Formats: sequence, structure tokens, C-alpha cells
Amino acid sequence: MPPNPQGDAFPLTRHSVVAAAQGPDPADRIRAMDAITSSYWRPVYKYVRLRWRVEREDAEDFTQEFFFRLLEKDFLSSYDPAKGKLRTFLRTCIDRLFMNQARDAHRQKRGEAAIHVSLDFEEAEQELAASMQTGSAEDYFEKEWVRTLFALAVERLRTQCLAAGKATQCTLFERYDLGDEDARPPYAALAEEFHLALTDVTNYLAFARREFRRCVLAQLRDMTGSNEEFHREAKSLLGVEPK
Amino acid sequence: MKFLPDQVVARLQTEMQTPDLSGTRYRPLKFLAHGGMGTVWLVQDSILNRLVALKILAAENSSANLAARLMQEAVVLAGLEHPGIVPVHDAGTLPDGRTFYCMKYVEGQTLDQYVSQLALRQRLLLFQRIAEPLAFAHSRGIIHRDLKPTNIMVGAFGEVLIMDWGLAKVMGTTGLSSEGKEVSGHVMGAIGLSSIAKHASRHEFTRAVQDPLKSGALVPENTLATTAHGTILGTPGYMAPEQERGDVTLIDQRTDVFALGSILHYLSREQSGVPNQRASRPLQAICNKSMAWEMSARYPSVQELATNVGKYLDDMPVSAYRENIFERTARLVSRNRVAVVLVLAYLFMRLLFILFPRR
Repeated sequence: MPPNPQGDAFPLTRHSVVAAAQGPDPADRIRAMDAITSSYWRPVYKYVRLRWRVEREDAEDFTQEFFFRLLEKDFLSSYDPAKGKLRTFLRTCIDRLFMNQARDAHRQKRGEAAIHVSLDFEEAEQELAASMQTGSAEDYFEKEWVRTLFALAVERLRTQCLAAGKATQCTLFERYDLGDEDARPPYAALAEEFHLALTDVTNYLAFARREFRRCVLAQLRDMTGSNEEFHREAKSLLGVEPK
Repeated sequence: MKFLPDQVVARLQTEMQTPDLSGTRYRPLKFLAHGGMGTVWLVQDSILNRLVALKILAAENSSANLAARLMQEAVVLAGLEHPGIVPVHDAGTLPDGRTFYCMKYVEGQTLDQYVSQLALRQRLLLFQRIAEPLAFAHSRGIIHRDLKPTNIMVGAFGEVLIMDWGLAKVMGTTGLSSEGKEVSGHVMGAIGLSSIAKHASRHEFTRAVQDPLKSGALVPENTLATTAHGTILGTPGYMAPEQERGDVTLIDQRTDVFALGSILHYLSREQSGVPNQRASRPLQAICNKSMAWEMSARYPSVQELATNVGKYLDDMPVSAYRENIFERTARLVSRNRVAVVLVLAYLFMRLLFILFPRR
């Protein structure tokens, strides 16, 4: 994210998408809901699969219905950032909706046009198989949330780097920092492959990591319900008690 | 969206938690602590080959206001050269835009950890040493405003250091003054030193404090801005009433006297193996006077408070407590134990001679 005109490293005044989703402007609400759907659909889908042990097709239906209802039924208007995290609120909504559906045993057909974000359930299913499922479904939901946050931040970084003509920095970051532990190439190999000096590799990676940090913060701001929640989450993610 | 395996997520999380010190002389070694504004890291100074501590503004707190506050803390510390105040070596902006300052790495324990095994007398002697750097800071017109046991360190050699000057208030150079100006997060544009940091290159490591303070003036009056009336800064339990009310114009060294009184109260009550033990009346009176609601009823300075604690240690009368005749007698006896024993022995011998005269 480029620095703001005030010269701050990180913007602090941008409204959260949650505030926009709760706002009166329908166009803003739909855009905000799309952003929330992009950020949360994977954790929701995987959570439902694990927590309620439903079949793949049912989980897909449920996930689409959940986000449709989030928009249509104005679920988010009852969310109070002072009372808890957005993702805890969403998880509670999921559980409640699921139990209601099980009780009613019939589902209202959703409006297909309501969700504008494409949900690649096939990919989500592969990810579910690839990731380790230890602990409770609630813990898994939290873990998935962090994974989605970082993954969306990586996408954001890529977009920004391409726009700024710094594709090499991003590629180096993806090769080195996002690669498998065993397959991580040494700096020297990267320098040779990309026809760079060794110091350039160090500098490019430092740049990409710095920008990635900013992207994570920007993404986090979009995925949290209030400034307080953002600060709490940022503290736990970015430097309070490293393992 | 690229799927990130668990090990990559864990790696990224660790990377995010480690400060970006690329291109600087510092190498991160260990996370030490976190506070309201930022984190403290143990780092290796690669040029001087020594361990130092780096206080870095938290990434999510990187607003101009907090950056100015952290820089102000560095400036205040740099101006207070005293064995009881941790020295600042460097300050500036990291490549990721975060403000930091570098200080001596103090190996030791916080006051609450250190005193757990000490007897009352040792605790009170320690208390007097806490007052020394504070009195020095007051003489330079600096009010700490956040004194508490966790902000006081006892080093490996027994040295006492007052830490965390992030909420310090800078008075006029003449010390106690109701005209004192307040340094706070609102001063980014106003403080020259902060503007150095502001103008520093975002992607280059920069030394921000080169000539932090000129002699005779801690921070020039015209470079200060005032904190809004009603701003509450401090720690509940150690905050003076005027601080709790946010009455910033009233804050002076008696505000620190209140906090010191709270610390004295803590030291006199929390003794090892003696939970909730009541302090003696004179000591309790010293605490009460220090923690008086009205500022005018407190000790006017920390020296006076420390002097009273010294008198208590020497079995002398303290100004905060008017003792009755029995207490005075008991204290005199206690203070002149040898003389009293000799006199009593003499009287006893005389009595024996009277009762059993030689025949």
C-alpha cells in the first residue's frame, strides 16, 4: 500500500468494510459484502465441513446461502464491534443459521445474483485435504482466517508490485518466502537465476517483506470490525509474543 | 488465491513479528517486552559488537502522534544523563517507516520481581535510590507520570533504573512551574527533533537525534505543544487524582510524589511471607502524605519524601506523623538502645548497692 499523503507508514483513518456493509448506501454495502465474502468464504466453507461434518455439496450450498443471507437479511447490522471480533460474530451466525436450517429442514432458494464473488469450492476442498486438521473446528476456523489474511495480502502485494513495476521483487518473495522449506533456493541461486547481484536479492526481498507487512495490515483492516479489533489482531499477529 | 501451507503461514507470522532491521546496524535477537506503544527487542549492534535494546513503535501504531511520542521519549532520556536513567544511544526511523530508539540493554529484574525476597529495611533503602534519578529528572523539569514497579529495573549490579519515559511531561527549565508545557502525541509538527524523523528517508536508516538537547534547555519552549485538557495518561493505581481527572495544567513533580507514595505503600505492605502486613504508623503516614488527594498536602518534592523515609530508617521523627509520648519514648529507647541498656545497668547496680549495703 502506498504511503498516505500525511507521510504515515500505515493509513489509520480508512473505514473498515464492515462499517460500509452496515451503512445505508446499497452500492457501498454490496461492494463491502463482496470484500467480506472474498475474505471469509474459505474459512466459512471449511469450518462448516469440519464442524458440522456435512457433505461437500451441502457445505457449498450453505456457504453461498450464508453470505446471501448476510447481505439480504442484514445480519451485519446486529454486529457490535465493541462486543467482540467480527470473525467470532460470523462463526456464531454460521452455527445459528445451520441449526435453524436443520430444524426447519427446508431452505429458501437464494437469489443467485446476490453473491458477485466466485467461490472456487473445488480449490477449497483441495486445501482442506492439504492442511492439517488438529484441534477443534473453532481453532481451525481461526487458523483458516490467518491463512486467508496472508493469502489475500500476498495477492495485494502482487497487484501493487506489478503496478509499480517491481514484479521481480514480488517473484523473489514468492520463490523464497512462500516456497517449501526444503525447496527454498539460496540467495546465490536466486541471484544467478534473475541475473542480479547478491546484494540486490537481499534488498529486493527486504523491500517485498516490508511491503508485505503493509499489505497484511491493510488487509487486516478490511477484515476486522473496529479499530480496537484491528489493533488487537495486529498485536497478536505482528509482534507481541513471537513463538 | 494462492494456498499457503501451514509451514509457510507459520514462517510469515514469525517474519511479521520480527522488526525489519534490514540495512541498519542492528540484528534482531530476541523479543523482550511489549508496552502500550511498541515492542522492545534485544538486538546486536553489529558495528560496536554489543547488545542493546531497541524500542520500536508497533506497526499498527505507526501514526504521526505516537511516532512523535516515542521520539520525545528518546529526547527526554537523552537529556537525562544519570546512572539511574537508562542511556539512549541512537534514535530514528526504520526502513519500514517505524520510529525507534536504541538504549542500553539492562539485564535485571523489575522492582516487583526484585523485592519479593527483601526485608523492609532493604526495600526502603532501595526506595531512596529510586528517588534519586527522579529528583534529578525533576531538577531538569521532567515529570515521569508513569511510575510503577514494572517501570523500575534493578540491574545485575544492584543499580536502580527508571524506565519508560513515554508519558513524561517537560516543564520549564526552572523545574516546578504551573506554566509548564506538555509534550505528548500531538507534537509531531511542532518538535524539531520529530520533524527530523519525519523528514528522514523512508527506506534508509537514519540517525534522527544528533544534537538532542542543548545545555540549559531540555526542550526549547517554542518547540512544545500542549496536550489537550482532559487527556488521561498514566496507570490506574499509581495515577495521581489530577492525572485521573486529565487536569494536565496541574501536573507537576507532586504528581510523581503521589506515584512514589504508591510504590512506597506497595513496598511496605507486600513483604515476602507476610501477606497484607500493615506498615508501621509513621511509615503509613509517609505514604498517606505522599498520596494525599490535595496536591498541596503532599510532599513538595521527592527529595523531601526520600528524606522522610531516611529519617524513618534512622528512627528519627518524620514530619508526616505526630507521635504521642509513648511512641516517642519507645522510639528514643529503640534509637539509643546501647545507652539505655548502660543506664539501666548502672541504675540496677545502684539499686543493688542500696538494697544490699556492705556490712
